[in-house]
Amino acid sequence: MSVDLATVKRVAHLARIAVPEADLPKLQGELNAILGFVEQLNEVDVSGVEPLTSVTPMAMKQREDVVDDGEIADLIVANAPASDDNYFMVPKVIE
Amino acid sequence: MTDLTRLTLTEARDGLKAKTFSATELTTAHIAAIEKARALNAFVLETPEHALTQATASDAKLAKGEGGPLEGLPLGIKDLFATKGVRTTACSKILGNFVPSYESTVSGQLWRDGAVMLGKLNNDEFAMGSSNETSAFGNVVNPWRRKGSNVGAGSTGSVEGAHLVPGGSSGGSASAVAADLCLAATATDTGGSIRQPAAFTGTVGIKPTYGRCSRWGIVAFASSLDQAGPIGKSVRDCAVMLRSMAGHDPKDTTSVDMAVPDYEKAVGRSVKGMKIGIPKEYRLDGLNAEIEALWQQGIDWLKSAGAEIVEISLPHTKYALPAYYIVAPAEASSNLARYDGVRYGLREPGRDIAEMYEKTRAEGFGAEVKRRIMIGTYVLSAGYYDAYYLRAQKVRSLIKRDFDEAYAAGIDAVLTPATPSAAFGIGEKGSSDPVEMYLNDIFTVTVNMAGLPGLAVPAGLDRQGLPLGLQLIGRPFDEETLFSLGQVIEEAAGRFPVSERWWG
Repeated sequence: MSVDLATVKRVAHLARIAVPEADLPKLQGELNAILGFVEQLNEVDVSGVEPLTSVTPMAMKQREDVVDDGEIADLIVANAPASDDNYFMVPKVIE
Repeated sequence: MTDLTRLTLTEARDGLKAKTFSATELTTAHIAAIEKARALNAFVLETPEHALTQATASDAKLAKGEGGPLEGLPLGIKDLFATKGVRTTACSKILGNFVPSYESTVSGQLWRDGAVMLGKLNNDEFAMGSSNETSAFGNVVNPWRRKGSNVGAGSTGSVEGAHLVPGGSSGGSASAVAADLCLAATATDTGGSIRQPAAFTGTVGIKPTYGRCSRWGIVAFASSLDQAGPIGKSVRDCAVMLRSMAGHDPKDTTSVDMAVPDYEKAVGRSVKGMKIGIPKEYRLDGLNAEIEALWQQGIDWLKSAGAEIVEISLPHTKYALPAYYIVAPAEASSNLARYDGVRYGLREPGRDIAEMYEKTRAEGFGAEVKRRIMIGTYVLSAGYYDAYYLRAQKVRSLIKRDFDEAYAAGIDAVLTPATPSAAFGIGEKGSSDPVEMYLNDIFTVTVNMAGLPGLAVPAGLDRQGLPLGLQLIGRPFDEETLFSLGQVIEEAAGRFPVSERWWG
């Protein structure tokens, strides 16, 4: 399978990456090189094979349902590009 | 006094215990070496004061005959490990000046055991790369040079001539250890990022079994494949490092609740009667003749040490790399969604929040990271999930089954080449076709796909005078066998220190 320019544009938007119009053809070529490379997986007979979900057979652990961390709001916002009174500041979302 | 930076980690440990020198002297020698080696660009952040404070504390403990297994030993930390109060960037512009308020479990265990931090090491951006050419901090230089090469120290603290890459993504770790800038380093491996740079620099590296080391506090790339491990100057050094790095961590649900053996005890243990598998699928058409000869040499060494050599088949080997280039980008696109300019790192203003996201991510991520996020987004998008991601995960089951069957038939470990070539020159690969660069990981990536432990150990030099490595692949959680076998190869081949410090 290969992707056309419109698909590259759509995927860039889905990935929330701004791609200038002029860069789209180069990116399309690179993505198609990778998609061409992975095409060989179609040769493999995977009928009846379960997808791998965990490489080590182990039961998912459960932790106690208790609060064991927290009260560190100032540390959490310490690296924020914009914060106020321990809130993250973002551009207006709702008009 | 002898040059303390020439020592291996375990030699330095023994010297500290015997009080031949102090942790402060050892640390000072490494700080001086780092200052002289800035042209290699292995460190992205030097923390000499932090190191000397830790060394002083270690000296006090050592004087009283106390201290942990790594007491007073100076290390480098890959910039993927969160270090409390010390800038951590994954070598991406998007993390900007991120200073964690927490310590990764693995690095925390090193400080618990007395180690000293010299600074943070360069790597490919978000560990995506095989040559350390994608770092936002620039390329790392391999301390090895081709015979007769014109590479040398420039006048402005940079390197002149077309230098070699150290491999990646743990290029800074490998370069720093090979150049004697630290006794050992932490690294991470998602598709070969410990073993390939180790092979390119004549150092030893081990990717432990998935689950052996906690991933907590390590910047995530592909969560089902990422594992931390050490790069060191010898097999014994890696064994000592891994013992401190490994162990169960309740903060990572994929970390395994199993006792960590004293790996050093496995170093030097007899390998007599062990069955070593030689997978015929690794004999690629057009395999470099020197790599082929090195592999045969490794077989002969293990045979003379009493191991039994068995040809095996791992029929799905050739599909590991294409399956990896679906699974890893898919997981990366999901993991890297968190870099949105809101909670940390870079923010580029936009008219609305969507435009802010798009501009921030366009500005903050480099070209290779963007490519992988987009591939991942595409293969997970509606209508394509079954054709790509689900199929790749089924192929992954088959890759794992190949190994399971070999081990069930009594194979103790598998011997393969570590890389298809020696280190290559800067800018030589992948500029027109990203897949050309990806092929570097052809021998290492199967190990991540199956979650197995893999050790790369240097075994010889090619005709250009550059180091080549072999890879040993083990049963799940049997890193000890790899250390025993790796030691046999190291004893036969010798170690591969860089003789001439041409860089400064």
